[in-house]
Amino acid sequence: MMEFLTAHLLTLILFLPTVAALVLLFLPSTAVRALRWTALVTSLIPLGLSLLLWQRFNPGGELFQFVERAAWYPAIHSDYHLGVDGIALTMVILTTLLTPLAILASFNVQQGVKAYMILFLLLETGMLGVFMSLDLLLFFVFWEVGLVPMYFLIHQWGGEKRHYASLKFILFTMGGSLGLLLATQMIGVVTGTYDLPRLLQIWPGLTTPENNLFGLPLATVKTIAFWAFVIAFAVKVPVWPFHTWLPDAHTEAPTAGSMILAGVLLKLGAFGFIRLVLPLFPVESQLYAGWLAALACLAIILGGLGAFGQDDFKRLVAYSSINHMGFVVLGIATAALAGASLDGTIALNGAVLQMFNHGLYSAGMFFLVGVIYDRAHTRDLNAFGGLYALLPVYGSILIFVSMASLGLPGLNGFVSEFMVVRGAWPVFTLATALSMIGLFFTGAYTLKALWKVLHGPLNQNWKGHISEINGRELVVIAPLMVLMLVIGFWPAWIVDVINRAVGLWF
Amino acid sequence: MNIVTYQPSMLLAILPECLLVLLAAMILVADLVFPRDQRSAFGWLTACGFILVALMAVLFSRPGETPEFIFGGMLRHDWASFTFRLIFLLGASVTALFASDEPTDRRFGEFYFLMVIATLGMSLMASSANLIMLFLAIETTSLPLYILAGFRILDQKSVEAGIKYMLYGAMTSAVMLYGFSLLWGFTGTASLYEIARQFQVMDRASLLLGGAVLLVLVGFGFKISAVPFHFWAPDVYEGAPTPVAGFLSTASKAAGFAVLVRVLLAVFPAATPFWAVVVGLLAAGSMLVGNILAMSQRNIKRLLAYSSIAQAGYILVGLAAHSPLGTAGTVYYLASYLVTNLAAFGIVWLVGREVGSDDLDAYAGLGKRNPTVALAMLIALLSLGGIPPLSGFFGKLLVFGAAVQAGVQGESWLIALAFVGVLTSVVGLYYYLNVMKTLYRPGVDEHSLRVSSAWRVALLVCVAGMLFLGTIFTPMFQLAVAATGGWF
Amino acid sequence: MSFPILSFIIFIPLAAGLLILALPAERKQAVRVIALTAGLLDLILAVLVYFLYDLSAGGYQFIERVEWVQPLGISYYAGVNGISVPLVLLGALVLTAGVMVSWRIEDRPREFFAYLMFLGTSVQGVFCSLDLFMLFFFFELAVFPKFLMIAIWGYPKTRDYGSMKLTLYLFLGSVVSLVGVLAMYFTAGLHTFDMLALEKAGFSMAFQQSWFLVVFGGFAILGGIFPFHSWAPDGHVAAPTAVSMLLAGVEMKVGAFAALRVAIMLMPEGARFWAPLILALGTVNVVYGALIALIQTDFKYVIGFSSVSHMGLVLIGFATLSREGLLGAGLQMFSHGIMTALFFAVVGMVYDRAHTREIGELGGLFQKMPLAAIGFIIAGLVSMGMPGFSGFVAEFPIFMGVWRVMPVVAIIAILGVIVTAGYILLVVRRVFFGTLPARLESTVGDISALDRWVVGGLAALMVIIGCFPTLSRMVPLVESGVMQILALVGGA
Repeated sequence: MMEFLTAHLLTLILFLPTVAALVLLFLPSTAVRALRWTALVTSLIPLGLSLLLWQRFNPGGELFQFVERAAWYPAIHSDYHLGVDGIALTMVILTTLLTPLAILASFNVQQGVKAYMILFLLLETGMLGVFMSLDLLLFFVFWEVGLVPMYFLIHQWGGEKRHYASLKFILFTMGGSLGLLLATQMIGVVTGTYDLPRLLQIWPGLTTPENNLFGLPLATVKTIAFWAFVIAFAVKVPVWPFHTWLPDAHTEAPTAGSMILAGVLLKLGAFGFIRLVLPLFPVESQLYAGWLAALACLAIILGGLGAFGQDDFKRLVAYSSINHMGFVVLGIATAALAGASLDGTIALNGAVLQMFNHGLYSAGMFFLVGVIYDRAHTRDLNAFGGLYALLPVYGSILIFVSMASLGLPGLNGFVSEFMVVRGAWPVFTLATALSMIGLFFTGAYTLKALWKVLHGPLNQNWKGHISEINGRELVVIAPLMVLMLVIGFWPAWIVDVINRAVGLWF
Repeated sequence: MNIVTYQPSMLLAILPECLLVLLAAMILVADLVFPRDQRSAFGWLTACGFILVALMAVLFSRPGETPEFIFGGMLRHDWASFTFRLIFLLGASVTALFASDEPTDRRFGEFYFLMVIATLGMSLMASSANLIMLFLAIETTSLPLYILAGFRILDQKSVEAGIKYMLYGAMTSAVMLYGFSLLWGFTGTASLYEIARQFQVMDRASLLLGGAVLLVLVGFGFKISAVPFHFWAPDVYEGAPTPVAGFLSTASKAAGFAVLVRVLLAVFPAATPFWAVVVGLLAAGSMLVGNILAMSQRNIKRLLAYSSIAQAGYILVGLAAHSPLGTAGTVYYLASYLVTNLAAFGIVWLVGREVGSDDLDAYAGLGKRNPTVALAMLIALLSLGGIPPLSGFFGKLLVFGAAVQAGVQGESWLIALAFVGVLTSVVGLYYYLNVMKTLYRPGVDEHSLRVSSAWRVALLVCVAGMLFLGTIFTPMFQLAVAATGGWF
Repeated sequence: MSFPILSFIIFIPLAAGLLILALPAERKQAVRVIALTAGLLDLILAVLVYFLYDLSAGGYQFIERVEWVQPLGISYYAGVNGISVPLVLLGALVLTAGVMVSWRIEDRPREFFAYLMFLGTSVQGVFCSLDLFMLFFFFELAVFPKFLMIAIWGYPKTRDYGSMKLTLYLFLGSVVSLVGVLAMYFTAGLHTFDMLALEKAGFSMAFQQSWFLVVFGGFAILGGIFPFHSWAPDGHVAAPTAVSMLLAGVEMKVGAFAALRVAIMLMPEGARFWAPLILALGTVNVVYGALIALIQTDFKYVIGFSSVSHMGLVLIGFATLSREGLLGAGLQMFSHGIMTALFFAVVGMVYDRAHTREIGELGGLFQKMPLAAIGFIIAGLVSMGMPGFSGFVAEFPIFMGVWRVMPVVAIIAILGVIVTAGYILLVVRRVFFGTLPARLESTVGDISALDRWVVGGLAALMVIIGCFPTLSRMVPLVESGVMQILALVGGA
């Protein structure tokens, strides 16, 4: 039993949500309570297993651990090949943590509970698969699989403009991944394998007779493939100017959908950069790192400005994601240029940690927006005001989470953003300096939101019409807050794991 | 050539013909004896007579391995004549059954008598080996058919059909006869096979040969209603009593092909490249004109007439290929076409009698009125269109196959001919499908049509024939190959 | 050979059809039961073949041979290989599904089911043929059931036009390739239609180059190749549901299969010579078909044009003549067959209830018929090539094959994928989501139990193959068939 568990731990984590979804399929759709609790309980099992994974993971050991391999599609040399390194591990934890919380947050969903829960669980499998895949084709499979449940979650349970937003979301992401698909095919044809560890050995140093491929110089082909990968991931992160789907999708998605979208889905893009782009295209990455840094810088500044300009609370938070994810990209760009140097390593560490952190506080922010929206049925910032007096607990939590996202020292956001900036400064001094200005906007819009909602004159309409955050909601937010605090004070436990993985990569 | 004037055993070879004469006499007698209201009895009598003759032919008149010339070289007793004789007899017996309900103005005896005589003439056509015998046989066939076509003397259209048919027939016969006289004049012999030998030793033969070929083709082209000698067919089919039209389009056409093939192969082997092209042109013309004109027809008999012109074109493709496979295909096609078209005309006759119209719209709702009859019509149309598992498919396959065979062996124009054939058969399918669609369209009348047992048996024979020839190919194919052996 | 399983697969539908025709017209229920029984029997046997086919041995198996017309070298010669086994399964599946969705036909069910069964015999006959004549025989056998079923039971407004157009196009294709086939037969000079013997005939380069296009083109018309594709949407739309399913699901595969089996496998050099053209036409199919589907306002036309688009991928796969491309094409034939059958089944269910197919007049049907909607969505995901579904498993190798021969085609054809995503999502949204028109509130009910089986079964298959391409035997089967093709074609 234990042996089986160890040998197939990743598979179990990966497919338990699918199994749970199948179980839900056979429950009657009227048994709403049963559906909710089954979904919640079954999503806690992967969380437990991934904690086991964390505990058994040997940071000093091999690069990929818990490797599993089975024939999947041998005809085109693709295997079911799973494994995690320290970076993937943190992402797996993030996913398995956020999913039960999101499910718990969706207990107030009334319509189509069965389909909702099934889609959520399938979404979890899709996301986990991306982090665990050690096969390029499998990576792509899970990459796309996650889109469908998300599309329907937005489409069915979203806000007013959900049709527009969902279509925009899926067409942007699918369109973005066309290049990824083509490049994947091309790599498979050229190398005859999709196995990532092998590809990492073969592809970067690939040479062909006369350095020609399809009648083009090899370097050109590689550059095109590089950009195909970059665009696919850049859409997902999203990097400016590929970000326009995000505010719409986030705003229209149901609360839990936004939590997952911001918390995990955006990380898929950044993860793609770290897992595929940097190792497969080291030369090209170095060459074009400046561009990437510039885009990151623009994302930070424009995302911040964009957020500041919003009157819709949720939209504001959505734009803040662009702003925060900009730091991840900046860290990645630094690593791309600086490579294994100290600066590069620090920046990359910061980027990964920022991914984790952003997962925590953005999910928290979206959840808190959802909480107030459920009560007020509006997200217009101008309609609120002075609510701190009515909702002291909620207000305190909102301030706490906002401060984490703002980068207040002592909370988690500060640690990762500091690491990124520390790493990036010597490499991209100008971009980093400009990003610091962006950070100023971060402060501005966060405070604007807090001020508009909690402070100022009390909007009398709400008196007696709005209730304090309830127990279930507290259960959702509490673990996130704890983690934010813990990482803020003592980041070593997680940075250590990430750092060793980064060290092994470069 | 070893020609013996007379031997008693030769009588056995023409036993079927003798029996046909006997049958004709019996019908005349029966016409006097039988009560007048028992008209379907004539149909049965004649049909059984034909079948009996066929049986006798199979039992006693089977030709030997090598063809023999009998009666001083007048006739050639070979597998070709044998096979065609069976085809004619089958066609005649089915027609007799279909016609047994035909309102023939109380002159059934004459009707069947004429049919038997025509069949006799066809049988002789297929075995003639001498110009004079050939001409006599053709006229023995034609004269009764002229009368039969105009048999309904109270019906203007029928009379017109009879006269038209006779005029056209007489004219083309005259042209053909002129051709015969040329042949005789240049070679001094009337024996088909002797003429060929004479041609081989003559030097300036080409122009003469060409002229003779063309003149002879006029006569035969009329018989098989190939373009451009087809003008009579739509009018005659439309006017003539329907069973006669069916008989004309099948057995009579088959007889025409029997002599056409024999004459071209026996008399003009030296001119093969020339006549192959001419036949190819006739074929292409027939396929194109027949199919294209059939598309716009609203009268089913005219439609079938044009379709029969087109079918003649397909059959000619087999001849144009001038190979054993091609002529075997011709024979197979003719046998298949016989059962197919007879069935179609049988149903046309039924609908014409019961509904009183030959218009396409008269067929609307047949699928509801008589599902079985509609199904039979469907099968016949599909067979005409060349769709498996029906006989027409294999016939087409063989003739086009022969063309392609000759084509890949060097005469590439035949491949073009095959393409003309397959493309026009798409056009053909169009109007057959149109009729099919009409069958299943809702119609005004829902009463089912009255069907006699003789008619039913005849139709059953035809349908069985189409299915048999469309799935179990081997027996008929071997017979066709054997018949071809008699020509080459 | 102990049990002639392929003959049973071929002739069970025929026997059932004849039996049905022999029944009196009033016994409608008996007719349906016989048809369903025959379909299920066929399916069981097809499943048996699917699992009993010996992968390690490969080649043609379950061979049966009876002389048919010996003088011409024609025989009844049945056998299946890795390419045809899935197609036989496909034929049986769609036939059974077709019977199930047509259960409630009230207008002359006797003839309808009989013709449906004949169509089943025709497709199975083609898939099992090892004799060129036999292949043709069964190929053309389909003409009249197709025509009649569309002309009689089709959509009243367009059935005359649609049935005629479809039949004539397909007949044209088949007779043109017939000429080519005859040319092959006579040129080979082997006096046999045995395809295994003809494979070794060694046709000259000039012959192959001049005749390949005739044979391939003729058959590919049934496969929906541009610019001879326009019969497909018109015909599919005019046809009754079950016939649309069989036409798009199986008959188009018959065309593609015949083009592969006869043209490519017997004239590989010709295939190599003309491959760029086929590749180009297939690409036009993919992109053009998808773009046209995008602007359709008739629900069924969208699916009709999507078939054109997807069959383009099959043609592209053929044209690559590479292992991956052919593998993908073989898989795509099965995958698209199941998918489009499901599409048309759902379209039929919607039309039966709403009595309109105008997308603008539909909406919100998810509430009324959720399972049908889910089935349609799954088929839609397959058609978008979404990973995890059979479409991806099929399309991915096709694109890999294209990369080997002409990378630019991959880049163009992939546009078809995004356009497909566009029209599928639009249709799903407009038909199944949004507000339910008041008119439909009372008329539309949920689908019947038999319909549920159809939708559920077909959808489950697509997921199973998508998730377990190898475990489900599908890929190994097709791969073994592809190896046989490659042995003839040469190349990677």
